[in-house]
Amino acid sequence: MAIIPHEKTSCGGLTLHRIQTDKYKTTTVVVQFKARLTKETVTERALLPYVLQSGTENYPSSKAVRTELEKLYGATLGVDLAKKGDFHVMTFRMDFANEKFLSEDEPLFKKALSLLSEVIMNPKTDGSRFDSSIVDKEKRTMKQRIQSIYDDKMRYSNMRLTQEMFPNEAFGLHIYGEKEEVDRVTAQSLYDYYKKVCAEDEIDLYLVGNLEDVDAENVVKELFPFDARQDRKSETTEKASLDVEEKEILETQEIKQGKLHMGFRSGIGYADDKYFALQVFNGMFGGFSHSKLFRNVREKESLAYYAASRYESHKGLIIVMSGIEFKNYKKTVDIIKEQLTAMRDGDFNEDEMKQTKTMICNQLLETVDDAKGMVELLYHGVVSQKLRTIEEWLDGVEAVTKEDILAVADKVKLDTVYFLKGEEA
Amino acid sequence: MKTIPFNQLQETLYHQTMDNGLDVYVLPKKGFNKTYATFTTKYGSVDNHFVPLNGSEDVQVPDGIAHFLEHKMFEKEDRDVFQDFSKQGASSNAFTSFTRTAYLFSTTQNVMQNLETLVNFVQDPYFSDQSVEKEKGIIGQEIEMYNDNSDWRAYFGVIENMFHHHPVKIDIAGTIDSIAKITKESLYTCYETFYHPSNMVLFVVGAVEPNEIMSFVEKNQASKSYKDQPPIERFFDKEPKKVAEQKKVLPMSVQVAKCLVGFKEPNPGRQGEDLLKHELSINLALDLMFGQSSENYEKLYNEGLIDQSFSYDFTEEEKFGFSIVGSNTSSPDELADRLYEMIQSFKNEAVNTDQLERIRKKKIGSFLRALNSPEFIANQFTRYRFNDMDLFEVVPMLESITAKDIEEAIKGHFAEESFTVCQVVPKS
Repeated sequence: MAIIPHEKTSCGGLTLHRIQTDKYKTTTVVVQFKARLTKETVTERALLPYVLQSGTENYPSSKAVRTELEKLYGATLGVDLAKKGDFHVMTFRMDFANEKFLSEDEPLFKKALSLLSEVIMNPKTDGSRFDSSIVDKEKRTMKQRIQSIYDDKMRYSNMRLTQEMFPNEAFGLHIYGEKEEVDRVTAQSLYDYYKKVCAEDEIDLYLVGNLEDVDAENVVKELFPFDARQDRKSETTEKASLDVEEKEILETQEIKQGKLHMGFRSGIGYADDKYFALQVFNGMFGGFSHSKLFRNVREKESLAYYAASRYESHKGLIIVMSGIEFKNYKKTVDIIKEQLTAMRDGDFNEDEMKQTKTMICNQLLETVDDAKGMVELLYHGVVSQKLRTIEEWLDGVEAVTKEDILAVADKVKLDTVYFLKGEEA
Repeated sequence: MKTIPFNQLQETLYHQTMDNGLDVYVLPKKGFNKTYATFTTKYGSVDNHFVPLNGSEDVQVPDGIAHFLEHKMFEKEDRDVFQDFSKQGASSNAFTSFTRTAYLFSTTQNVMQNLETLVNFVQDPYFSDQSVEKEKGIIGQEIEMYNDNSDWRAYFGVIENMFHHHPVKIDIAGTIDSIAKITKESLYTCYETFYHPSNMVLFVVGAVEPNEIMSFVEKNQASKSYKDQPPIERFFDKEPKKVAEQKKVLPMSVQVAKCLVGFKEPNPGRQGEDLLKHELSINLALDLMFGQSSENYEKLYNEGLIDQSFSYDFTEEEKFGFSIVGSNTSSPDELADRLYEMIQSFKNEAVNTDQLERIRKKKIGSFLRALNSPEFIANQFTRYRFNDMDLFEVVPMLESITAKDIEEAIKGHFAEESFTVCQVVPKS
């Protein structure tokens, strides 16, 4: 049996993905809306899911929506935004109990999906625009949400690094949009944008759980009657150019620990054959506790509590992060650069490669144990237009050779060193 | 081995107490790739004053030592245990809380080999002067990371306000000055006292066969020469009911202020069913007062006093308990006042039974959802077990709590003298 029993059907304007499994006590629904990330739409798009979850025609306030969720044995509803390559993805997630574990046998599937449909398809409006009091409240909250990025120094440093790496490209935008732009949004402009989203976005709806007794396809067709739309499958992410000069950005705030973030470009994304080699490269460089970064920056030199790298799957980036004393900035940057050189020189053995592959495969299989994790893995296939099964993924990782890793290491190029430091340094 | 079925939840738990006192629990999870195991000692940051094993006098150990010990357990004379796990395809980790230290791994392969590594590394300490010194740099950076984290500072600030003496007010990792005092000898003292099998629980959940796990652990433990240990004597100074400080304001490098209010539990000491009932009653009350379907939440959100970061929680252990409510906010003083008023007026009203039924359903659904997570099951089961509670009694207890139970629980808990505020504000 496949590790993820994944069935895909076209359902009017959306694609339905069914994952039948009886390992959970709840059913998870994830609806993904995908469109290009652009400066013109980023702020509206960021606000939209928060406005939608705050009131519908039949449940006209957030309180009314939340009351309904509680009645459905505490069904959860959450909205989220993400940047996936050149796309700005809006996510609606719902999770509700499977009634066979409850002492009352109350069928919840249709009721829960109806409520989610209310939120997405039937927002509270005054005629031809959103309810303006809801929009005003969500604008206020969004401004505070954007401001509070500054308060989390790791997130702030990541945001700043991305801005510096992509100053003139949409990828440099933050998923929450721009604080100065929030005031420009009106109940009308947001509603117009909502209509456009419903007509044009690429929509994927995932159902994960025990679906044996439900007619998922008809329920989804009835409750999410999106019109068929233009096929956008040719739209993919443009890889970050490798033609860049290394730059250094220093910034000062009143803080106790320096945040060192280094952005590299790899030119390799999910759809590429070299993707597996990129994963193994990253694992050995800074992905695990046996990696070069962890061993050298933390264990050997005691410079940091964390020193890690992670890769971005679509744009083709690797980001290194470490929290250090201000005075150790130069030393740490040098050590990190030395580790990249060591990777390029092939300074690693078969055992380290094997260990890294084992850890990556372990991570993939663990991710599949979580319904949301499963959906995340499958959605890579939508964003990149290259659907891989987990089996193919596991085999791909196993097949990576030392030459493949060296080829990745050779391509990886440092773009920006960003350091947020304190005032006394 | 004892078999404990939970029919409604369709789960079965297996339990065995080993001859040396170690409690082992196994919960098989069908369809999961992963196995998750925790090996936990009932020893956390609050246990800093005790009589060492074979000692005659009580000692006071440096702040942050339980957490320091957790770090140092991974380093052996000839190797780093993280590497052992990762060579066997497992990721390992550990955490220290106020009352527990847990070592864990998760894996999709070589379960028995990884389990052996887990049990053996925790039962075989190796500390050297040199490695203790090296760790001070790493943990120093961990401490600084938390010092810059405004959410953590607000959370710890409010706990610090509540307590005069109780060591729960000390940051789990200690301070750079306090960890400087830690030595190899003090680590051994703590280890010998608190890591006896009779003070520990092993929990394995996932793609496993209970018999195989039990017989492996039985053999493994029989091969080690543990002597019976007398009960551990821990000391806590008498804690007044009143909070130590009513308000603290921390200026930090932030743009949005934070305000947390706290109530210190005036009468801790409950264990078992009493504690389970009290903890669930207060948490139901908090949901009724501040859940997203409540009038209070709607008012505070509409007035712009809170945002999506708003949260609330009550937790109680044997010697201490507290509830904390708060949010990012544009008006920290006004929010503190409003939260206090809302709690007091809730105390004076009868609990609305329709709302209670709804919140009860919500809690039951949340518990089912939590059972999807092997991590939740192992960590929470162990926490409950150390307080003589049973995680699988949560649903029956939720079903039995009445409006009157809630009214009684909150009367004692939300007292004026137990109230305190901690705010983080932008540095001007």
